[in-house]
Amino acid sequence: MPTYDLIMYDEEFQKIKEILSRLRMDTNAKVAFLVDKNGQQIAAQGDLEGLDTTSLASLTAGNVAATDGLAKLIGEREFSVLFHEGERDNIHISIVGQRVILVVIFDERSSLGLVRLRVKKASQELEKVFDDILKKVEKEKEAMAGGFESPFAEITDEDIDALFSE
Amino acid sequence: MTFINYSAREINIKLVYYGPGLGGKTTNLQWIYNKTDPEAKGKMISLATETDRTLFFDFLPLDLGTVKGFKTRFHLYTVPGQVFYDASRKLILKGADGVAFVSDSQEARMEANIESLKNLEKNLKEQGYDLRTIPYVLQFNKRDLPSAVPVEEMYRLLNYKGEPTFEAIATRGIGVFETLKAIAKLVLLDLKKK
Repeated sequence: MPTYDLIMYDEEFQKIKEILSRLRMDTNAKVAFLVDKNGQQIAAQGDLEGLDTTSLASLTAGNVAATDGLAKLIGEREFSVLFHEGERDNIHISIVGQRVILVVIFDERSSLGLVRLRVKKASQELEKVFDDILKKVEKEKEAMAGGFESPFAEITDEDIDALFSE
Repeated sequence: MTFINYSAREINIKLVYYGPGLGGKTTNLQWIYNKTDPEAKGKMISLATETDRTLFFDFLPLDLGTVKGFKTRFHLYTVPGQVFYDASRKLILKGADGVAFVSDSQEARMEANIESLKNLEKNLKEQGYDLRTIPYVLQFNKRDLPSAVPVEEMYRLLNYKGEPTFEAIATRGIGVFETLKAIAKLVLLDLKKK
């Protein structure tokens, strides 16, 4: 596997949620959420009612991936910030530590300048959390010596069949 | 890349449907979407052209239940099959945990099947994956068409590593869930090894 599996522990998960929550309050934004580059939602904070966060996550990642492709075409490493302006709501998308995508949805109660400023700060904090996660995973792998003990090590055919039973 | 969240006790898995243009990848997803309990599925997104050709991807999230106390969430993607959308195909393959190859049984499409399979192998390699090791299943779609090539012949042409293979008529749902189940199973069993 070229990429590590993303593993999230409770401690870091809580930290991420705190950072997002603070970011949202500091910017007066509606929603702050975090997606991995493959389109899987990691955490979300804010006014999520009526918002299809799964679709949002997948489309955001698609958007970033396509923009990444564009960047490479013209010889850029990446476009680290994307901004979509709507009539009421705007979306600010930024890439954190080349790994995850931070999305902020805001309206006229906030401003692009404020969002940019606060996102920068939150990104640094998030980057640190993800570094910690990586270290933790590495450590666990070492501790296991023979290999990482996946919670799925004991998975059986019956478990899997049960998923598909009507 | 599987995403395991110990805190929320969730596991997220990305499955990609690959294959030549007009082979029935989107139809597979649509059947799954239509036949899945509304509780278990999210919205299906299709980024398609005006003529319903997939432009970027189709996306369907499925929550199938729990395994070992973990909520198991599958994200199904299709790639655009048309040859010139290769850049988009590469993007969608990123982070895939498993691939289902939907081939078209019509004789006239055999060449396109082979080309698409080669393209899959190449694009996986570019991402650092290997088709020989990634969970992979093969589907022979459109078995109902009069010009369908015999299964043995298709197997000879398209079999890559003795992967699980299914005959299908995606428009009628035949073989669709069998394919999904097989690839999901391979991915989950693959987690065992990690």
